[in-house]
Formats: sequence, C-alpha cells, structure tokens
Amino acid sequence: MMSLPLVVLLPFLGAPLAAWSVRFGRLGAPWASGGITLVTLLVLLGVAEAPFAGRTMVERLPWLGSAGLDLAFRLDGLGLLFALLILGIGLLVIFYARYYLEAEDCLGRFYTYLMLFMGAMLGIVLSENLVQLVVFWELTSLTSFLLISYWQGSEEARRAARMSLVVTGAGGLALLAGVVMLGEMVGSYALSDVLAAGDQVRAHPWYLPMLTLVLLGAFTKSAQFPFHFWLPAAMAAPTPVSAYLHSATMVKAGVFLLARLFPVLSDTPAWSGLVGGFGLATFLLGAYFALFKHDIKGLLAYSTISHLGLIMLLLGIGTPLAAVAAVFHIINHATFKASLFMAAGIIDHEAGSRDMRKLNGLWKYMPHTALLAMVAAASMAGVPLFNGFLSKEMLFAEAVGVQTQMAFGWLLPVVVTVAGVFAVAYSLRFIYETFFNGEPVGLEHTPHEPPRWMKVPVEILVLLCLVVGILPALTVEPILAVGVSGLLHGPAPEYSLAIWHGFSPALLMSVLALAGGVGVYAFRAPLFALAERMGGRFEAVRFFWRGHDGLLRWADRANPWQDGVSLTTMVLALVGAGGIVGLAGHLGGGSPLAGGATPTPLDPVSLLLGLGGIAAAGAAVVLHRRRLASVILLGAVGLVIALVFIRFSAPDLGLTQLSVEVVTLILLLLALYFLPQHGPAEDGAARCLRDGVVAGLAGLGVGLVSWAILTRPHETIADYFLEQAKPGGGGANVVNVILVDFRGFDTLGEIAVLALAGLGIFAMLQHLYLPGPAKDHAGRGWDPDRHPPIMASLTRLLLPLALLVSFFIFLRGHQLPGGGFIAGLVTAVALIMQYLANGVSWTQARLPAHLHGIMGTGLLVATGTGLVAMALGYPFLTSTFDYFHWPLVGEVELASALAFDLGVYLVVVGTTLLVLIHLGMVHRASHGVSGNPVGGQ
Amino acid sequence: MSALQAWAIAPVLLPLVAGIVLLLTRSLGLAWQRVLGLGSVLALLVPVGVLLGAVGEGTIAVHALGNWPPPFGIVLVADRLAAWMLAINVLVALFALLYAVQGSDAQGRHFHVLFQLQLFGLNGAFLTGDLFNLFVFFEILLLASFGLLLHGGGKRITRAGLHFVVINLTGSALFLVAVGTLYGVLGTLNMADLAVRAGEAPAGELSLVRTAGLLLFVVFALKAALLPLHLWLPAAYANTTAAVAALFAIMTKVGAYGILRMESLVFGGSEGPLAALYQPWLLPLALLTLAAGAVGVLASRGLRRQGAYLVLVSVGTVLVAFGLGSRDGVAAGLYYLPHSVFASAAFFLLADIVARARGPVGDRIQAGPALPRAALLGWLFFLAALLIAGMPPFAGYLGKFLVLQAAVEHAWMGPVLAVMLVGVLLTVAALARSGSQVFHAAGEGGGMAPEAERPGAGRLLPALALMGLCLLLTVAAGPAHEFSLAAADQLADRGDYIQAVLGHGGGR
Repeated sequence: MMSLPLVVLLPFLGAPLAAWSVRFGRLGAPWASGGITLVTLLVLLGVAEAPFAGRTMVERLPWLGSAGLDLAFRLDGLGLLFALLILGIGLLVIFYARYYLEAEDCLGRFYTYLMLFMGAMLGIVLSENLVQLVVFWELTSLTSFLLISYWQGSEEARRAARMSLVVTGAGGLALLAGVVMLGEMVGSYALSDVLAAGDQVRAHPWYLPMLTLVLLGAFTKSAQFPFHFWLPAAMAAPTPVSAYLHSATMVKAGVFLLARLFPVLSDTPAWSGLVGGFGLATFLLGAYFALFKHDIKGLLAYSTISHLGLIMLLLGIGTPLAAVAAVFHIINHATFKASLFMAAGIIDHEAGSRDMRKLNGLWKYMPHTALLAMVAAASMAGVPLFNGFLSKEMLFAEAVGVQTQMAFGWLLPVVVTVAGVFAVAYSLRFIYETFFNGEPVGLEHTPHEPPRWMKVPVEILVLLCLVVGILPALTVEPILAVGVSGLLHGPAPEYSLAIWHGFSPALLMSVLALAGGVGVYAFRAPLFALAERMGGRFEAVRFFWRGHDGLLRWADRANPWQDGVSLTTMVLALVGAGGIVGLAGHLGGGSPLAGGATPTPLDPVSLLLGLGGIAAAGAAVVLHRRRLASVILLGAVGLVIALVFIRFSAPDLGLTQLSVEVVTLILLLLALYFLPQHGPAEDGAARCLRDGVVAGLAGLGVGLVSWAILTRPHETIADYFLEQAKPGGGGANVVNVILVDFRGFDTLGEIAVLALAGLGIFAMLQHLYLPGPAKDHAGRGWDPDRHPPIMASLTRLLLPLALLVSFFIFLRGHQLPGGGFIAGLVTAVALIMQYLANGVSWTQARLPAHLHGIMGTGLLVATGTGLVAMALGYPFLTSTFDYFHWPLVGEVELASALAFDLGVYLVVVGTTLLVLIHLGMVHRASHGVSGNPVGGQ
Repeated sequence: MSALQAWAIAPVLLPLVAGIVLLLTRSLGLAWQRVLGLGSVLALLVPVGVLLGAVGEGTIAVHALGNWPPPFGIVLVADRLAAWMLAINVLVALFALLYAVQGSDAQGRHFHVLFQLQLFGLNGAFLTGDLFNLFVFFEILLLASFGLLLHGGGKRITRAGLHFVVINLTGSALFLVAVGTLYGVLGTLNMADLAVRAGEAPAGELSLVRTAGLLLFVVFALKAALLPLHLWLPAAYANTTAAVAALFAIMTKVGAYGILRMESLVFGGSEGPLAALYQPWLLPLALLTLAAGAVGVLASRGLRRQGAYLVLVSVGTVLVAFGLGSRDGVAAGLYYLPHSVFASAAFFLLADIVARARGPVGDRIQAGPALPRAALLGWLFFLAALLIAGMPPFAGYLGKFLVLQAAVEHAWMGPVLAVMLVGVLLTVAALARSGSQVFHAAGEGGGMAPEAERPGAGRLLPALALMGLCLLLTVAAGPAHEFSLAAADQLADRGDYIQAVLGHGGGR
C-alpha cells in the first residue's frame, strides 16, 4: 500500500464521513474528523523516518501520463515539516471548533469543508508533480471560499468569500501558467527533474515571465502587498478557520511554494528584488496597519500579513542561513498565531465582542486565557525566551549580514527594525487593551472563562512556544534541520540555535525594537489621529470592490452588443464575414479570378432570359412593400429559372422548378392573407443605402465566383454517372438515377427535411390564432360566393386527369424526365386545386387521408428499400433492377429504385398538403364561419 | 458488406427508423413514444460502442451507400474523430431525453419525432464523408433544431427561433455556394477525393479553392457560434426548454467538428498548398469568442442565459485548441470537448431544476425564496459550477491545462494564456456570485415559494449522470487523452483516411 497517496486521500474520504456522521448526534462530525486526522497523522509518522535518513520518498499513480501529469507524491524534509504542521494544528483546531461552534451551527458541513481543506493542503505539500500541486492549490482556494462563507446568512461573509476566491483563484491561474511554462523549460513537471535543472531555468529567456507568474500565485495566496486585502476580510469566517487556514496553514502555501522552488528560482537579482522587496514592504506595512485595528482578529490578520512578509523577505535574501530562519519562523508563527487566534475566539465567544474599545480588563474575568494569550503575544512581539524571538533575531542577523552586498543596503536593517518596533507595539496594544486598561465597556454579558477543554489546544501551542523558545536545540532542532535540507535540496548549513549569541548588531536591533515598540505604544495618540484622518482611504479592499462593480457595470453596458441584437445585424455579420473571408481567401491564393476557358457566345434567348430575370427581381425589390405584387414577381423569377434549366437541356430540373414555383406561390398567397397588404416603411435612407450596398456586394461576390467557375475547364465525376446510369442504375434518365440511386442517401435526407418542415409548420400553426381582415384595404367585404361553381366543377373534372399525368410522370421517371419528386408536386397541385375550389372541409371529408401517415409511410418506404438491401447483405440503398416480360405490355424494367421514388412521392404529397390544409384551417378559424362550400351540401 | 460496415451506418439508421415509426404511431400515446425514443437512444449505445472499439485499434470503417465505389457514391466513414463525436452525442442525448420525459416533452407536438431526427442529423453529420451529404445533414439539423427550439412555445422563443432559422438558412445558401464552387473547381464531392484533388490543385486554381474553403469556414463558424457569428446563440439557448438546451450543448460542437475535419482532411492540415487555411482566422476569433462569452457570463441576469454564455466560453476554448493547429492542440480540444458538452448540459438541467424550486423568481440571479432540498441543490450547483468553469481537479481544468500546454509551443502563447486564464477567472467570479445569491442568500425574505417544486429523482438523475460523466473523464483522464492523441494523429496523418475511402472499391 502506498502511504503518501493515502495520507492525502484519507482527509478527502473523511469529508463525506464527517457529513454522514452527524446522524449519530451533533458531535459525530468532530469525532469522525479527529479520528481520520489522527489516523492520517499515524500513517505519515510511519514513513517519517525517510526524510530523517536523508531519503526523498516518491510514490506515483498513473493519471494523465500522456501529458506529463501523473499523480506523484513526494516526502522530503520540507513536505514532512508542513504535513506535520497541517495535521498537528488541524487536530487541535478540530478539537477547538467543537467547543467554538454554537448549537445552531451545522457541524457536519463545517467539518466536511475542513477535511476537504486538509486534504487539499496535504496535497500541496506532498506533491512531486507541479501541475498536481497547482490542482491542490486551487482546491484550497475553493475550500477556503466555502469556509469563509460558512455563515451563509452574513452578507459580509459571502462577499469576503467571493473576494478571497477571486484573488487567490487568480493567483492560482497565474501559477498554472507559470508552471506550464516551467514544465516546458525543463521538459518535465516532476519536482525531482525541475529541482535538478536550476541553472537551465535561470538562464532561460522565459525565466522572468515565468517567475512573475509563479510569484503572482505565491503573493496572492500568502497575502503579500498589494494582494493582502482579502485576508483581513476573510476574518468573517469562524475563528477556528482563521486560526487554521488564515494564519497557520493555507496562507503559508505561497511561502511553501517559494521554499519548494527555492533551489530553482532563487539566486538571481530578479528573485531577491521581487521576493525580498515585496516581502519587506508587506512586513512593514502589515505591522504598521495592525496597530490601528480595533478588532482583535483584524489586528491578528494584519500581523499575519506582516509575518508572512517577514518569511518572504527571508526567502528573498536567499542565503542558506536566511532559509533556516524562514523555516524556523514558519514553525514559530504557526504555533503562536494559531494559539492567539484561538484565544481571540475564546474572548469573542465568552465576552461577545472582539472590539478592543469595548474589551478592557478581561484579566479579572479570564486570567487563565489571558496568561496564555500573553505568552503567545510575547512570542509574536519577539520577546526573548519565546520562540518568535529566535527566528526574528535570525532575520535581524541576516539583514545586517547582507546589507553590504547591495546599494542602499543599510536601509534593510533599518526598515526591518522599524517593522519590529511596530510588531512590539501592536502586540503590546493587544495585551494591554484586552486584558487591562480598566473595565469592559458595554458588553452584553459578563465575560468568563471558557469550558476547560476549549483551552487545551491553546495550552499545547503556548507550551510549544515556551519550550522551543527556551530549549530550541533540544526540541525543534531535528525537524528544523530536516525541513531546511528539504528546502535547500541539500544539506543544511551550520547554524546555532541559542538564545544568547553574545553582543551583536542583531541583539541591538531586538533591544531597539522592544524599546521602540513600547515607546510607540506609549505615544500612539498622534499616530492614531493620523490613521483616523486617513480613514481607510487607501484600503485596497475598496479598490477591489470598485474594480469588481465597475467590471460588472461595464459588462452590463457592453453585453447588449451581443445579446438581443436584431436579425438584420446578424445577417449583416454573416454576409460581411463571408465577403471579407472569401475575398481574403482569393487574394491569398494569388491566382487570377477568371479561368482560361472561353465562354459560349451569348445568344438572344439566353440574353432575353437573363434580362427578364433581372427585370423581375429588380421589380420585386422596388415593389417589395406591395406584398402581392412582389410575391408574383418572385414567381416570375422562378419561372425564368425554370426556363434557364430548359434552355440548358435540364428538363427534369425545369419541371421540378416549375411545380415548386406553383406550390410555393399558392402557399405564400395563403399566408399573405393574414398580413397587411403593404409592408412597413423602411427605417431611413441611410439604412436602405447600407443594406443595398451589402446586398449588392454579396450578389457581386456570388456572381464573380460563378464567373470564375464557368470560365474553367470542367472535369468532374459526372462522367461516371453518365456512363453508369444505364448499366449500373438501370435508368436512362441520369438525373433521376442520381437522385434515387447514386445519391439516394441525399434524397432520403432531403425528404426527411421536407417532412420536418411540414411538422414544424404544423406545430407552429397548431395553436395559432390569427384574426384575418374582415374587409380589404378598399373597405370591401368578402365575396359571399366563396367557391365559384364553374371552377369547382372544372377542377373536379380535371382531378383524375391530373392524377393520371402525375402517375405517368412518376413511372417514366427512371428513363425519361419525371420521377417521384415532380410527380408528387403535380399530385399536390391537383389536390390543392380541389381545396381551393371546394374548400378545406368539403375536400377533407372526401379525402380522409392522414397526412402524417402519408409522410411517415413515404419515409418508411424509402428507408425500407435501403434496409432490404442491407438484409440481403449489401450496403444500405443498394439498388437492383431486372427486365420482365408482361403479357400485352411487353418488356418492362422494374427497379428497386422505383420503390424508393415512391417514398419520395408520398413524402412530397403528404408534406405539401399538410402545410396547405393547416394554413387553410387557420383561414377558416379567422373567418369565424364553418363555411360550407358550394356543392358540398 | 462486413459487419463493421453495417455498424458504421447503424447510428444513422436507428434514429431515422425510430423517428419514422414514432411519426406513424403517434396516436399510441406519450408513454409509447417515450419508451420507443429512449429505447432507440439506448440501442444507439451498441453500435457506437462497437465503433469506438474498432477505431481504437486504428480501423477506419467505410460504408459505401448504394454499393457505389467512392468517390462516385456517398460514403459514411467512421474514424476515431467520428466515433468520439458519436459517443459524446449519444450520451448527452440520452440524459437530455431522460430529462425531457419528466414532462417537457408533452408541452408540444412531435417532440420525440423531432428528437430522433435531430440525432439522425447529428450522427449523419459526424459520419458522412461527402461534402454535399454534410450539407443535407446540416439541413436536417436545422429543421429539427428549429422544431425542438420552438417546442413548448412562448413569445421570446418564437422570436429567437425565427432569428435562428433565418440566419441558418442564409448560412445554408452560403454552404451551397461554397460546395458548388469546390465541385466546380475540383470536380468531386467526396471529402477524401477533395483532399487528394485539392492537394494537387494547380497554382491557377488555388484562389478559387481557398475562397470556397474559407466560405465553408464561415458556415461552420456560424454553426459553432464563433464571434461575430455567435449573435443568434444567447437568445435561442436561454429561452428554449432545458432538455433541448442540454442537447444543444453539442450543436455548436458540430461546427467545431466541421472546421477540424475540413482543415485537417480536405485542406491538408499543415501540409500542402493550402496549409493552415483556417488558422489565421480561427485562433484570434476563438480567443475573442471566449472573451465575449466571459463578458456575457458576467452580465447575465439569469442562470439559463449564463448557461448559454458558458456554452460560448466552452466552444471558444475548443476552437482555441483546434486553432493552435498542433497535434497537442487538437488532442487537447478533443479531450476538453466531451467535458464541456456534458458540463454545459448538466448546467442547463440544473438551472431548470433550481428555477422550478424557486417558484416565480425562476432562474433570476438574485436573492430569492428558500429552496426545497437546499443543501443538495447547493452542492450540485457548486459542483456544476466547478465543472463548467474548469476548476480543479476536474476534466475541465485538465482540458484547459492541456490547451495551455499546447499553447506554450505556439507563437501566440501570451494571448492564449491571458485570455484563457482571465476567462476562467471571470467565469469563476460570476458563478460564485450566482451561487452566493441564489443559494447562500436564499430565504432571507421568508420561507419557500408556494409554487416551489421539490426536485425529484427523475429530474436530478440526468443532471447527476451528466456530472458523473465529467467525473469519469477526470478519473479516466489518461485513456481519454490517449484516445484524443490517437485521434489527432489520425487526423494529422490523413493518408489512412484517404486510403480507407478511395481504396474502398465498392461492390460494382
């Protein structure tokens, strides 16, 4: 069994367990979480000896190996140190939260989130693969979002959660980009490979952009200036969350990442400038702002920011000894800050407030808690004998040590000392104003000590502060050494852990910081007045929300550009895109538009047809507001096209076009009935001009393309069709053989389209109620003689003849012009005549056809023809034909394609009539009369 | 005809026959229609599974319709890409249909007929190896989608549907011009044959071939909703019924498929005289599409409209990946594609469930009444938001990582990284805001709405299953990505495809 994946996996398994365990009482969740955490800790301890023995443990599971992303886990000193912190403090927080959360808080949800976070955090520190590390990194952002918004009813909490998600999430995305670049530079995402490629990385031209992206990730996560603002807002989370995520662990992820990549990225001017610079600024500014926070959690949050800056500064300094100090301070800060947050939670819990202007003199009411808080605060201030002193003095020593190596180096010790001064001042303020300074002001109830067990986690942490502070070499030394060697990816340097190093500049700086801090606190009044006047004017959080709201407003304003635009705009975009892209395609090819072939000379008939078509189309445009006229003119255009087909020896196409024109015209006229006779006026000359130009250009483009094709020699696969139609397809009419055989599958699709169109129109007309005009534009009513008897009688006589013609056209289709499609249209026209002459209800009563059924049958027959071929072992739609001798008739060819054509015929008839009848139905409804046609009595 | 050839046409014939039977037996009632419709989709899993298995080993199945030898007859070709798209399509259709039978299929006529014929069109479009036949399937898709869009009715969707049909008919006209031009110059319609002839086209013909090819690009870009041809999408997707919107999650990907197929097969990918015909247009426009989608996600006031813009973001991402033009880019896009389809579909379904649970407030992104089964819905929304936004550790994140990985080898690394990551960030910010308002701020004004519909298993399961598919893509990321890589290889080395089609003698 692999241990490291198990360590990461166990908390994730614990999450649903925690949610489920609340069924067994409210305390099920903390018990389950605590148990899982303990087991995880034991599993980890079971393999902990490897880093101590100087070995790096790597365990892999396959995942996305083809992209270099395996699930790979790594345990070295640095990872072990962090994992122990996560699990150790996690255990204490689980214990503490059980007392902190109120009866009405849902414990299951809280512990579920907490366990998810723990798993994600362990994933970060135990990742061997950098992409995998980023995955876990983002998971901590997400769980942090959930935990901050744990009290969902609070608007403040919800906003803080979203802000932290956006800031740290953005950093995580930048980190992903950085890691992908780093992986490309090294050729691997595995830490082992990356750590071995330091020189290569630092010399790469991408080093600086990659470093910037990685630092963006680290700085946002570790709340470095100017991305620090999300952390104080995150204090809206329950205090155990603040103690765990927002001081001891998650905010250390940024620091961890830089420590992890220290051997690869450090030791360049960019590194020390950026990491050291931002760290120093954050160290100082955090300490300064902490002093003015009245909320004790706010003070602690800014203190956390400042200490994170301190660690960043140490990493930025970049010497091995600074690295030791960084690791040491990570440990120390985790212990004293977690305990301080827990103490703050106790105070909040038992006194009902966190405002230092109200909380005074709590020493009297909760001396035990006060003592614990004071020890931790002393460590935070860097008072000797407490652990914070040791690492801070290391920082002072390093600041002095490296000052000679840079310009303005003397500034470093000065600024560091000033930051130390403020650290002492805010720690002092926290202690003095919370526990002393008179009596509480306006608290709702009298403060008291918390339940006994609630203090235990604080006591453990405070004890650690003391023990480490007094006996560092005996306690923290082994794990520190292992952590440092993990960080440096090599042996730790010589260093000495002792309280007393003799008289040194560092000692002087410590003394100055302590004395200065007391002094600043004593004479704080002018500083506070100044801070009051600034009134948070420069608070980054305001800039964030201003930017956020501004972005939303901008999106709101910008979006109508793409949402709810008019159809004209859409078509304009499409036609414009076609024109631009098509033109670019032509220009990019570098060949002439016209081909070499000479066009056939112009003959008078073609000229006449062309001019006729142009005239009809032009007239339709000019008269387009007079709808009836323009529909008829469009019919004329169609007629011209039919004649063009006939002129160029395509009788099938001509016949088809002709019948389609007739049917379309009738349907359009039926629809026109519901529309006003005149179309609406145009929007203005400018738009008319624009649309006219666009339409003209589009026409010109299509014309040019046609010209280009027509002037080129024509060599196509059509010759095969001409050769094969008779021997292979059994038909002399090549067009028909193409339709029902060579490309029968297309035809099958097209009749499906036809049927779909029928169904669509049917569905649209189903619930349509359109009031038809009672009078025409001249105010005349409808002619009472609705179905002129002569027409009615004539059409009835014509019907059998027309059907006979369509049958004839259908049958001969395979050999001579005709076929199912044309025959269907002819039948439809013949039947439409009946409807027109006799009325819908009269005709329907005599032709009780289920048109859906006819359509369906047609589709089934056509598909079935193909399926029969498949049943016989041939591909779909394979045709066959044979010649039979019929008595009297003679030799007759029967082709399976005829059945297919029958399907086409049925679909055409069914669809056309379906549409027509239902349009007619709408008519009838609009008249409000059930209208018995003439002759129908 | 071999068995595999029969399997290759089955994904087209099954829904066609089912649709016809449904049309003929429409008087037998809704229960029968549901059984037959679901049965047909379930049955589709078999041929699709068989084809996936066969193409996995590198086989390319060719079905020569009418037994006419290519390039004279029409062929259906199942290669890795086609089988992959078929599988995605059938899965999303299954769960969209399962959701529809919860009641929205009864809101209008012929839902099941239209649904089957829509599948007929989709499967045909993925399988066909003939350019004109692709046009026919696009027509089927257009008409069937139009019917499905309007299903359920309403004024807003009628308007959006009209826009949809008119703009797409204009696109069809353009398609015809392009196909006609290609046929005029190259004299063939079979895509493999087109590829051969385009590669051998003399210099004097190149301009015309390029023009026709790019006109086809415009048509596919319209289907894919590539900026600025995306204007029809938001209104159509936001106003139709949830099940239809879920099925439509794949519709934009048909356009993306067309672009990929044309570019890699017919125009020779990165080789030959027409190398990289689409790429100069595709990558920048895809980036702009992604950005426009993110802006829309931010500006949306309703969850369903947000879903529509998320579709835009996802298609932008897929096309960015394809636009990189490399094998890794294509593979990244193919890996991300199914995730984005399933996640968008799940998001639409969930938005509908939430809207039903909130009564009159519907899917508006604002504080509303308390929700029945609030904790469950909250978790599901959180998960769906993570999936669709592409947050770790799910397949969406892995897909975006793969795209970034492919992008670092490209000259456009900077813009691609910036747009993709800022897009994710804006999406996350917007979805966090939606979730926060709809779930966290719920019930502040009192209890539940009286009309609130408690989400039942029938509605939750399809959404859950779609999310489950996303999780499956996460866990099985390795095999899925390897398949995508193999598909990308097959596209890059188009000789196999051409050989499989043109070497297929036909029976005559």
